[in-house]
This record gives sequence, C-alpha cells and structure tokens, in this order.
Amino acid sequence: MSDKEVTKIQEMVYELLVGQVMTRKVISVMPSTPMGDLREILRVNRISGVPVVEDGRLVGIISLEDFMSWLTDGGPQCLVADRMTREVRSIYDDEPLVQAVNRLERLGFGRLPVLGRQTGAVVGVITKGDIINGLLQHLEVDYRNAEMRGARSSHLFEDIVADRSVLRLEYRVVGADFTQAGASASGLKTTLRRLGVDPQTTRRVAIATYEAEMNLIVFTPGGRITVEVRPEMIRLEVQDDGPGIPDIAKAMQPGFSTAPDWVRELGFGAGMGLPNIKKCADRMTVDSQVGKGTRIEIEILMEQQGESQRHSAEARA
Amino acid sequence: MKLEEIRRILDAEWSSGEPGRGGDREVRSCHASDLLSDVLTSCGVGSILLTGLTNAQVIRVAEISDFAAVCFVRGKKPQPEVAQLAEEMEIPLLVTHLSMFESCGRLYAKGLPGVNGAKENARCQTKK
Repeated sequence: MSDKEVTKIQEMVYELLVGQVMTRKVISVMPSTPMGDLREILRVNRISGVPVVEDGRLVGIISLEDFMSWLTDGGPQCLVADRMTREVRSIYDDEPLVQAVNRLERLGFGRLPVLGRQTGAVVGVITKGDIINGLLQHLEVDYRNAEMRGARSSHLFEDIVADRSVLRLEYRVVGADFTQAGASASGLKTTLRRLGVDPQTTRRVAIATYEAEMNLIVFTPGGRITVEVRPEMIRLEVQDDGPGIPDIAKAMQPGFSTAPDWVRELGFGAGMGLPNIKKCADRMTVDSQVGKGTRIEIEILMEQQGESQRHSAEARA
Repeated sequence: MKLEEIRRILDAEWSSGEPGRGGDREVRSCHASDLLSDVLTSCGVGSILLTGLTNAQVIRVAEISDFAAVCFVRGKKPQPEVAQLAEEMEIPLLVTHLSMFESCGRLYAKGLPGVNGAKENARCQTKK
C-alpha cells in the first residue's frame, strides 16, 4: 500500500463515526438465558461473544472464552448472569472510529457494544472486521468518485483559455415522429453528464428539453433546439415554424391543453408542458406569432452559481 | 428497499435484460401514474415508476428523470423495442399481474413512501 493510501486511511478513522460502520443487527442474550443455550446462539450466528441486555440496558458481555471456561468447570446448571463479565467496556455511536481502534487494541477485545449517546441503549456492536469493512467500503467510494472525475471532462472550461467560452449543440426535431421523441433530450443529458455538469442541473435541462421536444413533435412540423453550454449556465433556444400559440398566458396555465386525443393516449397532453419547463428554468421567455411560429428561450443556471445568484437575488429583494 | 424485494412484494417478473439484473438497486420511493406529464413534474431519482402505459415514452421519461426502475401493472408486457430501449438506458423493467391499486397498497404497506414523501425531493425541486 502506498504512503498516500495509508494517510487516507488515517484520515478516515478520524472522519468516520462508530455508528457508520458498526453492525446494527445486535444479537444479544438476557441474564436469565441458560449457559447451555449459549453454544447454539454463538454457532448459529457465527459470533464469538454477545452483549447481555436487560430492558434495553447493557448489563454484561459473555464470550466464547467464558463459555469454554464454563465447560472446563464441567458445565454446571447456571445462567449467563453467573458467568458473564459485568464490567463492560462500550463505546458511543457518535465517537470517531479511531477511538474504537484504540480501545480494542488496548483492551485486547474482539468486540465492543455500541451505545446510543441519547438513550444509552445498545444500538450495535463493533468488531475489527466491521472496522476493516467500513474502511474498505469508504475507500472504494472514494476511488469510484475519483475514477468518475477522471472519466469526464469537468475541467473542460478550466482548460479553455479564453475570455469567453461557449459550447454550442444543436438538435433537430421532426414533427409527429413519436418513435424518436425524447431522443434529443436523452442525447443532451448524456452529453452534459460527460461534460461534468452536476446531476441536478443536468436533470432540469433534460426535463425542459424533453417537454420542449414533445411540443415540437405534437404541435409543429418540426423545429430546432439549440443548446449553449456556458461555464455559469445552460441556455436553450427552441424554435419552430409551427402554428404559433394564440394565448401564451393561457398556455402557461397548468392543465390548459389543446393536445389531440392520440397524444393523450400516450400519457401526455395534460397541459403541463410549458408550466413544467418554467418550473425547471431560472428564466424563460416565450415569443409566438400565430401562423409563423414559436421561439422559447430558457436559461438554467449551473447549480452552484444558481444557488449563490438566487441567494443574492433574495438578499436584494 | 431493494428492487428484488419490490419484485417479490409485487409478485412480478423481470421483463428486460437478464432476470435479476438491477435487483440490488436501492429504491427510495414510488410514483404511480399513467400521466407522463405528471411524472415529469416529480423527482424520480432512485424511485420506481408504476404505470399501465407500455410505450417507449415511459422509458424516455424514466431515463430523463433518473428513475431507478419501471414496473408495468395488470400484466402488460412491453413491446420488444421498448424493452430494448430500457436495456440501452439501463432501466430494469418489471411486470406484475396486480392492479395499480393493489400494487400501490402492497408497497405502501411495506413502508415504501410516495415520491413526494421522500426527503430527497426537497433537493430535487430546486425552483420553488
């Protein structure tokens, strides 16, 4: 293992909490459990010790070792309460993992019962195996994230040296062609994901594009969707030479629809198209002339910029 | 809830790809609708879509809204090209013989919330 990974693990044992890696399914016994039953409990669950719990409280712990010493004594009739270790070392679920590592190491124990800070009740058990598994899982997540970052070109705009950079994509949509409906939105979504645009912004752009695409297919002979990807926002322009919208205000009302029956049968035409686009957009303008066509401009700010700009807008208001 | 568990609850069959693939996908919530326009207004991230529609647009909408899986109710099997599209988009498809009502009831009773009940929705609806 390289030095860097060791450092990463050292970092993780401080970051991760006991509650994140512990085993939640706690197998426990009661003080009144007969010692003779212990073997079966340990065998079936493949564990080498169990906490002893009474009314949700931890009152002791009993291990395979205790069981063996009981056997050596001839296995007399007695209860777990008679053979258990009463001074139990435990750990709270909100303590950092490093505490568990140190405590297990220092005490030479195989497991520690985990208590909830608020309730004091037993919420789990942590073993060395849990710690190793937890660390490996988090390493893998880290590794996968790093791999994803490497695979996409989120640094696209950082690599371009220019005062202003805009990536322009164009999609042509054919009217009444339902077999291809949604293909532009789908293609755009894949492209944005590859460009490293955050999932949130990508989803909003995809939904707005999909609705716009549906409108082109249902109501017009076809049209064009132009997408401009800028560092701070994504700008969509949807243009067609269709029949136009006579009353834009009405078309923007949720539920108002002029869609034909065959469209409704497919699950569309509920009068949610333009309202849906508006919901996804930070800015939207609709320009339409009856008999000439419609032009919709949609601006969706990149998530981070969007947040801060919205906040500053709210602050100004 | 894992997709495989949902499949068991709904007594459903795999309808695309190799049976069982995607069974370990985590499903957080459910949206039941035959109105795709409505489906698009909700956040589908990690959700299962229950629907009686079996056209290709169901798959498109599921893909656009990041649904985890789609389940067709009343035993309606999708056309091969629809299953093919789902395969390409890596969206697992299920078919249950149950009605929409019965399917919803069973899942809800097992603790699966509706899309609007899931906490994640707050994050998805960025515009108020």
